[in-house]
Amino acid sequence: MDDLLEAFRLVAATDVLIAIFASAIYGLVVGSLPGLSATMAIALLVPVTFWLSPIAAIATIITASAMAIFSGDLPGALLRIPGTPASAAYTDEAYAMTRKGQAEVALGAGLWFSAIGGIVGTLSLMLLAPMLAEMALSFSTYEYFWLALLGLMCATLVARSSPIKAIASMLLGLLVACVGMENPAGTPRFTFGIPDLLGGIEPIPALVGVFAVSEVVGALASAEPPKLPKRVFGSILAGQWLLTKKYQWQMWRGNFVGIIIGILPGAGADMAAWVSYAMSKKFSKEPEKFGTGHPEGLVEAGASNNASLASGWVPSLLFGIPGDTITAIAIGVLYMKGLNPGPTLFTERASSMYALYIIFILANIIMIPLGLIMIRMASTVLRAPRNLVMPVILLLCAVGAFATGANLFSVMLVAVFGMLGFVMERNGFPVAALVLGIVMGNMLEQNFVASLIKSDSDILPFFERPVSSVLAALTIAALLWPLGVWIFNRLSRSRSTTQPITGGTKP
Amino acid sequence: MTTTTRRTLLGTGAALAATPAIAQARWPVRPVQLLCPWAAGGGTDAVLRIIASLLQRDLGQPFNVINRTGGSGVVGHAAIAAAAPDGYTLGMITAEICMLHWQGLTELTFRNYTPLGLMNNDPPGIQVNNTSPYQNVRALADAIKASRPGQFKASGTGQGGIWHLALAGWLGAMGLRADHVRWVPSNGAAPAMQDLAAGGLDFTTNSVPEARAIIEAGRARSLAVMAPERLSAFPNIPTLKEAMDVDYSTGAWRGVAGPLNMPPAVVSTMDAALKRVFDSTDYKDFLNNRGFGLVYADAAGFGRHLAAADASLGDAMKAAGLARS
Repeated sequence: MDDLLEAFRLVAATDVLIAIFASAIYGLVVGSLPGLSATMAIALLVPVTFWLSPIAAIATIITASAMAIFSGDLPGALLRIPGTPASAAYTDEAYAMTRKGQAEVALGAGLWFSAIGGIVGTLSLMLLAPMLAEMALSFSTYEYFWLALLGLMCATLVARSSPIKAIASMLLGLLVACVGMENPAGTPRFTFGIPDLLGGIEPIPALVGVFAVSEVVGALASAEPPKLPKRVFGSILAGQWLLTKKYQWQMWRGNFVGIIIGILPGAGADMAAWVSYAMSKKFSKEPEKFGTGHPEGLVEAGASNNASLASGWVPSLLFGIPGDTITAIAIGVLYMKGLNPGPTLFTERASSMYALYIIFILANIIMIPLGLIMIRMASTVLRAPRNLVMPVILLLCAVGAFATGANLFSVMLVAVFGMLGFVMERNGFPVAALVLGIVMGNMLEQNFVASLIKSDSDILPFFERPVSSVLAALTIAALLWPLGVWIFNRLSRSRSTTQPITGGTKP
Repeated sequence: MTTTTRRTLLGTGAALAATPAIAQARWPVRPVQLLCPWAAGGGTDAVLRIIASLLQRDLGQPFNVINRTGGSGVVGHAAIAAAAPDGYTLGMITAEICMLHWQGLTELTFRNYTPLGLMNNDPPGIQVNNTSPYQNVRALADAIKASRPGQFKASGTGQGGIWHLALAGWLGAMGLRADHVRWVPSNGAAPAMQDLAAGGLDFTTNSVPEARAIIEAGRARSLAVMAPERLSAFPNIPTLKEAMDVDYSTGAWRGVAGPLNMPPAVVSTMDAALKRVFDSTDYKDFLNNRGFGLVYADAAGFGRHLAAADASLGDAMKAAGLARS
């Protein structure tokens, strides 16, 4: 109890409160700029933390990352530019809602369910940290392989096009992920002697290209759509309570999946959002509405990616193993400030740990008022004429891509992927599946090859370990499910030839 | 005596010609760029940023860190070598500069740089799972010698990375083939340490600070460090020489360097400034808190270090079959 009071005293210090407020605004602004990811926002904060007290330093990182992940949804919903790979899963959905004139519902759902996800994730961190960390440590390369495979199978689920085209897109993404020397053999592949390609193709420039630039190109090639009817921008939060009640089950499932995926090092918010969005569609009563501007998937995926953000701190705080790129940076700051990760952090420095929890909850609460202001300001972009908005988007994409590595090559990548995305969209290939392939490709290959090396090329260990056998069963079931449905449909069709049944596969 | 002699004219001319040199002696008169070949937020970035802020305090001009990433470090390293040699674009070079060219991935070698100061070196450790039967490195080494090739699995970083070479070098020093222990490539030290804790590996050869949290959590033990002397942050871990009388050491080092043909005045100013940075308590505290190894060499010493590291890493890569030629 004394520890808890001490923690409140630590957080209530003026410098900590100022740090929280300033980094909240900073995180909102940086996260909303296309191409500048939450990781980038945190990395730029590190030199500032040199001069802050330990609690203030951690507070800036926690607050800025939560804000940046939320505000990454803003350009996604308004302009179809996902701010982070985490929001790529549902960018199309949110943008479709904006086109239907429901921008405030889409953005409000992002804000509201992000905040809830963040708070639930924090509670899991407080109550279950040691247990969750134990689970994370039981994951070896075999389990990660199955997890990556499961993640990839979301490609066919999230896409609205034919499954064949979704798989083709995803395979193209996997091929892109092969570029470079960051592969298990450490050998350059598809680099054509260009040094810039040695490091492989980063997901962020690819993402910005296929979503944002292809949208700009598409706007050039098509006539201006009829103006959205002039109307008062509706209340942002009013609709959210209804959504919370209607999709309560989805929200909890999103939180749960986010927490589980978040604690697994290397999986993180991206995968949480993808898996949750796919699950939402799979189990929905009205899956046909997905992709047309339907909030159900937004609720689940939005809750999921913020929940994973908080639970991603579990392996970082207990074992110094980063859950994602953000916590990787945070671990460095923890060491620098003498808050060394490890079980002793929870026992000997309990007041600092409680302070950390309080900051998490505080950050998610102030996200709501600050986020509302941000949404109001950002939504003016919807009223701006298209011929002014499009060039600015292009400029932002170029600047964002350059900022990540001070390297012109990323800007070229954005352009190339913009063209690719445009051609793919025109022909009905979902670009989201391509991005999924790029994000997951390395994880899949790395863990597959490492597992085979460890087992001396024996396949059996992939099924032997308890967790991996469960994951393997899930993956295989998910693979065979559409086949089963297809056979079932064929059988019932041959029995009753009068009524053709349209199932998951089109005849 | 007031008549203008040829000598005074010459003297004035010499003074005029010397003006740029004097200006260089007053280096830096404007902000200096420090290029970091690795991404913001990583270890190299952190070390360079603390150096930058201390240099700024010492020399009175802003030192701005710019992350020039891409190409597994090739892009940033190339940018430092290709910068104008006026002292206003410098950068941090890392052990990879003595590895990439052996693989034929770049023409660049350490000879393309003016070394200014070695600022940090992290030696590899040898970590086992806490439940591992090997209580000391000698027991592990004996078991490795008795095993069939490929039976033992180790990890710590990607194929051909610095910790892979550390393993190859250690095996070589014991008289074994470099691939006697099979290397399991991983995306850095953190996943390798996790797999070690999950029971998937026999040992890892990443640095001790990278293993620190897992060790402190009681899931792993560090048996030895491949360094000439014990680490100040981890005084309980013996060196290889102490534990099994094998004299082998290597490390992931970082140092400040500039392009070739820099003005000597800039080199000497930087050399002295980096020494003051290294000796400052701010720098020492920072590195100790992070667990990074405090190793320093001045400009000349860094040059010798580069040549020695290039030769020894090249040998390890050839032994491991990773070098192209």
